[in-house]
Amino acid sequence: MTESEHGPLLSIEGLSVTYRTGAGEVPAVREVDLTVGRGEIVGVAGESGCGKSTLASSVLRLQPPSAKVEGRVLVHGQDVLTMNWGDLRALRWAGASIVFQGALHSLNPVQRVGRQLAEPIELHEPALARGTVDGRIGELLEQVGLPAERAASYPHQLSGGQRQRVMIAMALACRPDLVIADEPTTALDVMVQSQVLGVLSGLVAELGVGMLFISHDLSVLADLCDRIAVMYAGRVVEMGAADEIFTRPLHPYAAALSAAFPRIGDPAARYAPAGLGGDPPDLRSLPPGCSFAPRCTRVVEACLAAEPPLEDHGAGRSAACIRVGES
Amino acid sequence: MTIGAVTEAPVSVDQPRTRRRSYGRYALGKSVGALGSLGFVLVVNFFLFRILPGDPGRNLGRGRMDSAEDLAAFNEAYGLDQALPQQFLTFVRGTLSGDLGTSLRYRVPVSDLLVDRMWPTLLLVGTATLLATLIGVWIGVIGAWNRGGRFDRFSTGGSLTLYSMPEWWLGLLLIATLAVGIGPIPGLFPTGGLSSPGVDATSLMGTFDVAWHLALPVTTLTLAYVADYSLIMRSSLLDEIGEDYLTTARAKGLRDVQVRNRHAVRNALLPTTTLVALNIGFVVTGAITVETVFSIPGLGLLSTEALEVPDYPVLQGAFLVASAAVIVANLAANLVYGVLDPRVRA
Amino acid sequence: MSAEVQPGELTPRITARQLSRRRRRAAWRDGWTQFRRHRSGMVGLVVLAFFVLLAVAAPLIAHADGLEVTRATGGVLEPPSAGYWLGTDDKGRSVLTLLIWGTRVSLLVGLLATVISMVIGTLVGLLSGYFGGRAGAVLFRLTEWFLVIPFLPLAIVLATVLGPSLLTIAFVIGVTSWPGTALLIRSQTLSIKERAYLERARALGGGRWHQIRRHILPNVMPMVFANTTLTVTIAILAETTLSFLGLGDPTRISWGSMLDDAYTVGAITTGSWWFIVPPGVCVVLVVLSFNLVGQALEDVLDPRLRGRR
Repeated sequence: MTESEHGPLLSIEGLSVTYRTGAGEVPAVREVDLTVGRGEIVGVAGESGCGKSTLASSVLRLQPPSAKVEGRVLVHGQDVLTMNWGDLRALRWAGASIVFQGALHSLNPVQRVGRQLAEPIELHEPALARGTVDGRIGELLEQVGLPAERAASYPHQLSGGQRQRVMIAMALACRPDLVIADEPTTALDVMVQSQVLGVLSGLVAELGVGMLFISHDLSVLADLCDRIAVMYAGRVVEMGAADEIFTRPLHPYAAALSAAFPRIGDPAARYAPAGLGGDPPDLRSLPPGCSFAPRCTRVVEACLAAEPPLEDHGAGRSAACIRVGES
Repeated sequence: MTIGAVTEAPVSVDQPRTRRRSYGRYALGKSVGALGSLGFVLVVNFFLFRILPGDPGRNLGRGRMDSAEDLAAFNEAYGLDQALPQQFLTFVRGTLSGDLGTSLRYRVPVSDLLVDRMWPTLLLVGTATLLATLIGVWIGVIGAWNRGGRFDRFSTGGSLTLYSMPEWWLGLLLIATLAVGIGPIPGLFPTGGLSSPGVDATSLMGTFDVAWHLALPVTTLTLAYVADYSLIMRSSLLDEIGEDYLTTARAKGLRDVQVRNRHAVRNALLPTTTLVALNIGFVVTGAITVETVFSIPGLGLLSTEALEVPDYPVLQGAFLVASAAVIVANLAANLVYGVLDPRVRA
Repeated sequence: MSAEVQPGELTPRITARQLSRRRRRAAWRDGWTQFRRHRSGMVGLVVLAFFVLLAVAAPLIAHADGLEVTRATGGVLEPPSAGYWLGTDDKGRSVLTLLIWGTRVSLLVGLLATVISMVIGTLVGLLSGYFGGRAGAVLFRLTEWFLVIPFLPLAIVLATVLGPSLLTIAFVIGVTSWPGTALLIRSQTLSIKERAYLERARALGGGRWHQIRRHILPNVMPMVFANTTLTVTIAILAETTLSFLGLGDPTRISWGSMLDDAYTVGAITTGSWWFIVPPGVCVVLVVLSFNLVGQALEDVLDPRLRGRR
């Protein structure tokens, strides 16, 4: 049950987003292709600055007006980037919603949580009676494991985990088919993180929503997602089934990410060099050729010539490295 | 149907009853603070006139009392022959019961003078503050939301220039151009005073007359206050614009104006309230100077008139009233803030 | 102590003090480059430089005799002419001469008052922010109390009681405007105190005064710097107002006292605009320039203070 009959829920085709800053142009996302189907969880992994959050905000056309956007983002077959404002506002939250990271700053600090949950509902379903809205809010909170009375609280009165659950509840308020989770567990400690992940996977199973899960933590993605796309410097450098990417990565960057997490019980992992040297590239002045080349352990002369394209390696795997397949 | 167990303890639970109690606690705290400030003002007020070296009687009398009997009489009348703590108690008791002494110039109780002159000041300052708040907030919001645009550049430039101007000088210019007239163009407004002679201030005609007299002073003060308020509102809103919760609001499908008014402006009013409260002294200063320039018979003109004699009891009384007004206004701003921002009540 | 390159070393050895001095100089240069990008700030700076020059060179540009009432050669309140570019005042003196000499007083008093205010405000703010507990709370309370006292009534009372003089005015302004600075510096000190590296300094054995001097003060100084320009604007406007109300030194000319004269002799009703407009314009220009420079300074120092965009 990975794709509905009417095509994937979300289809990103050749998306490129370039920010215009005082210091020059920054290509945050470069020709990304991605699909998410109903009931499917697709993960996007990468370091900070690799373009993941830009990707997320593109789905609802939330980039700043100064950004240059090319390509297509199809939600339910409609291109978000060229929609008129009325359709876009109707789509926002009701068709697709975002669970933002850093819930403390993503929630209005002086409004009660219930009020903030009610806002999208009142906006998209204005005919609903007050009582119905309140009832829905209570249900939403309970779905994420919070008592309905929490609706009267202010964000600063909740713990980090509770706030994140509120964000999730809020994202589901208008019953969207597609949910983008942008690093929802990054600021949480491990125990709370596993609870929140449990909530998310449970919801996907129950409600059949499609989810795009963004994180820098490959181990979390490996656990939760069906498929993973690994991003580096604005491009997708590897894509495939989650456990395959984690256990048998093809691209050197994916390999480095995967190796960063020790496997308990595997003696070889204790001695393997896990760290990835160097810094993420400056997107304003990308080197010609493969953008990962400066930090790659398997770099050769040919790598510096041109950016390797994302090549299909069968069984749904693809990687952007010319050295895949060699020993 | 619950997914996932709740294993974390809540940080704090706010039920309706505790909500009201926490505001009550906050309001009480602020009120007590205000009383403390008032007490401090009384102390300062008392000691200001006693800090001169030499005989207070001779100094305060400024050489008009040369004979010993005159001096003794003055000292007795103003209680200057008692010990200092005793004097202070007398002073406080007198102040609290409304006895602020007698004006050296008018020979009437100071409290009477203050009450008489209060309503022109309230009318002037009240009108100007109301207008300036409405206009200033609007200008600041539009300017900040469309930062860098033509409206923003003009309004900010204009506000900065007005803000750099002594407000009474602006008044002088208005008088010179609109009241006196330039060349062949006659003046449209009176050059000063609150009402024309012979017109009954309480009649309908009188009301229009007063309004006509107040037009220029109110304009002057309003322009001065607008400059201040619009700059404050603009900078407060600019601070809010980069916040993440606005992105959330946009992602929910709200229109730009809704995001602005419901979330950004509403939250920006918090620091604005604080800053406006901080600037209330500026309001008082403006009132004094503008009344002086336009000869409006209010508390401000009373203060500057008292400089000439110098009429110390009146100065003391006016200083007390002005300080008390600022303290009360600050308290009001704090109470409003406590309603708007739930975080301070915690 | 110059840097020496030891045989076998690739980089010259450098002392910690040299390094920090080098970094500080680089930071200043950086700041200046950034400041130069602000057109409004640069304009303000140029205008200020002009007025400072005017004040300093006053005796060279306009003869001091022009201030003497007994030596006035012009008619009463004459409009501008070839001989008197800005006309004459009610005593026959050249308004332009008065204006130029008035620059001195207005700037000097403003500066003096600012120094008093900044010293008191920074000290109180630093101490009340750094020392928590009793002392800090008391200082904070004091600051709040002084803050509510409205400036002009207090200034009027003080000036009346102390007698009219320039020193009185500077003192009065300084004593009434320090709370604003104190609050700002206090909150800045508090936020610096929270930072981790102070803990480390303490662990390394840095005493209280060492901490204040080496760690807190350098980080507070940028804000003090930016706040000074704001305080100067308040001081200059205050001096103008107090002089206008007749509380200044009657023997000295300032822009405020010129306007007081103008008002008293009815220059407004006679339409003698040359006496009313120029002093006010000068005040606006100077204050506006300080405001622009202060804004540009805030912009330059902002990323380091608050890390905003």
